[in-house]
Parts: sequence; structure tokens; C-alpha cells
Amino acid sequence: MEVGQVRRQWVDYTKSLFLEGYLDGQFLQLQQLQDESNPDFVSEVVSLFFGDSEKLLNDLTLALDQPIVNFKTVDAHVHQLKGSSSSIGAQRVKNACVAFRNFCEEQNVEACLRCLQHVKQEYYLVKNKLETLFRLEQQIVAAGGAIPMMGLGF
Amino acid sequence: MAISTPSSASSGSSMAALMENGDQLPHVLAVDDSVIDRKLIEKLLKNSSCKVTTAENGPRALEFLGLGDHDRHNSLEKGNVSKVNLIITDYCMPGMTGYDLLKKIKESSVMREVPVVIMSSENVPTRISKCLEEGAQMFMLKPLKQSDIKRLKCHLMNSGN
Repeated sequence: MEVGQVRRQWVDYTKSLFLEGYLDGQFLQLQQLQDESNPDFVSEVVSLFFGDSEKLLNDLTLALDQPIVNFKTVDAHVHQLKGSSSSIGAQRVKNACVAFRNFCEEQNVEACLRCLQHVKQEYYLVKNKLETLFRLEQQIVAAGGAIPMMGLGF
Repeated sequence: MAISTPSSASSGSSMAALMENGDQLPHVLAVDDSVIDRKLIEKLLKNSSCKVTTAENGPRALEFLGLGDHDRHNSLEKGNVSKVNLIITDYCMPGMTGYDLLKKIKESSVMREVPVVIMSSENVPTRISKCLEEGAQMFMLKPLKQSDIKRLKCHLMNSGN
């Protein structure tokens, strides 16, 4: 596939991620921070997010599996995940965390377990989407092209 | 989004230092327990021509500033004012919060002149006023954007002058 085609695919894919709410404006901030001195900035930040999130999801699974659930601990983990997903623009994960925190406050184990499932779902969805996006970027770069710059104007 | 206090006389000398840096880039100490947020704030600040040191918690930040526990045994408070022109810290951190860190910095006769900015993902009015009352220069809502950093620099350049 020639580089112009892949670039157009990248633009269309990126637009769809925003329109479907997987990503918000904060992701654009990350893209705008990427430059020649830091050409892998976005993928580096996102990799950190993947590592951090997977650990938090494990910790949450463990915390909610306890005979007596420590909601303070659960809330702390969700707060952290909410923060990091917000920082990279992973909107649907962030929103799932907001709902989760409400049920922590209510100390409702069943609801929290459902929320955890929902957060995991959203996390794996966005992870998949971002990995697809990075694969397209690698194809563009390998073909000698430049990754397009997205504005908010679309 | 950034919320700030009116200019404060006590931070005058460090503002002057920031302005008179001339060829030297302002040096910012950024404190946050999230590795993602540390990376983000570092890039935002570097893109605004700042030299950046990051710390993952309050105690490490205090150590860097020369205000650590083991430094207290010195009768002369060392603290290195020339080291840092601005401290920006997250509010919610395990152990020592950003507010606790702010208090320790303001308690130090050497470091109290350095402006401290608090960041938080939560917009809690009582939290904001508590920090501003304790001497924080500004309160900023996360996630931070490039425009927040520009506004921060503008505010620091214009106040305490």
C-alpha cells in the first residue's frame, strides 16, 4: 500500500476514535507534544499507561476479591486509573472510572464488580485501538512518510 | 484551567530570579506520584524552555531541595535556592500530600521564596482555598495542557514584580 493511502487510513482511523469517544482532546495534546527531539513521545506515554493500568486492574481484582473489601484501597486504585486515563485522553476508560468511584462511595461490592468489568472492557478496547493506530504509524514511517498532524477542526 | 492568587510580596525575590535568568533556563521541580503525569509535565515544561527535575513523592522532593530529614541535623539550613525557580506538585499523593509538601517548603526560611503551584484532577473549592491560604501561587486542574503552562509562565512573570 502506498504511503498516501496509509496516511489517509491513519487520518480516518484517528477521526473515528475521537468521534466514537475512545479518545478526547487530551490525546491531541500528547500528539502536539511529539516532535523531532521526541519522535516516540506518544507511544512512550501510552506504553506507560498500559503498564500502569494493567497493574491497577490486577490490584482492583484482588482488592474486590477479599472477604472484607477495603473500599478506601479500591477507591485509591480507581482514582489513579481515572487520573492516568484522563492524562492520555482515554475518555471512555476515564468515564467508567468516574462511575466506579460513585459505587465505591456507596460501598456496594456487587456494583463495584460490575464497574470493574466495564473498566476492563473499555481499557482493552482502547488498548486495541491504540495498538492499531501505532501499527499504521509504523507503516507510514517505514514507507518514508510523515505522520499527519491532527487539528481539532475535523 | 488555572486559579491564582494576586501577587504576593514574599515571592518577589524568586520572581526576580526567574526574570533575570537571562541565558539560563528556569529550573522547575515537578512532583507527582504518577509516572505518566511526570512524563507529561516534564515534556510540557521542556517545550516551554524550562529545565526540569522530577520527583515521585514529597520526601524525595524535599531531599532534592536540601530540606530532607538528614539535612535537619545541620544547624545551618542548607536549602539551595539557586537550584530551583518553581515547584509544581500534585495534591493527591500517598504519604506526604502536595499540601503537606507546600507547608514544609513555606516553613523553610531558605525555600519559602520559591513559588509553589499545586495541581489536582479534582476541583474542590475548599482544597483550592486551603492551598492558596498556605501560600501556593496557583492551583491548576489536571490534565495539564500546553496553554496551562503558558498561562503559568505569564502569571509568574507578571506577579511579584
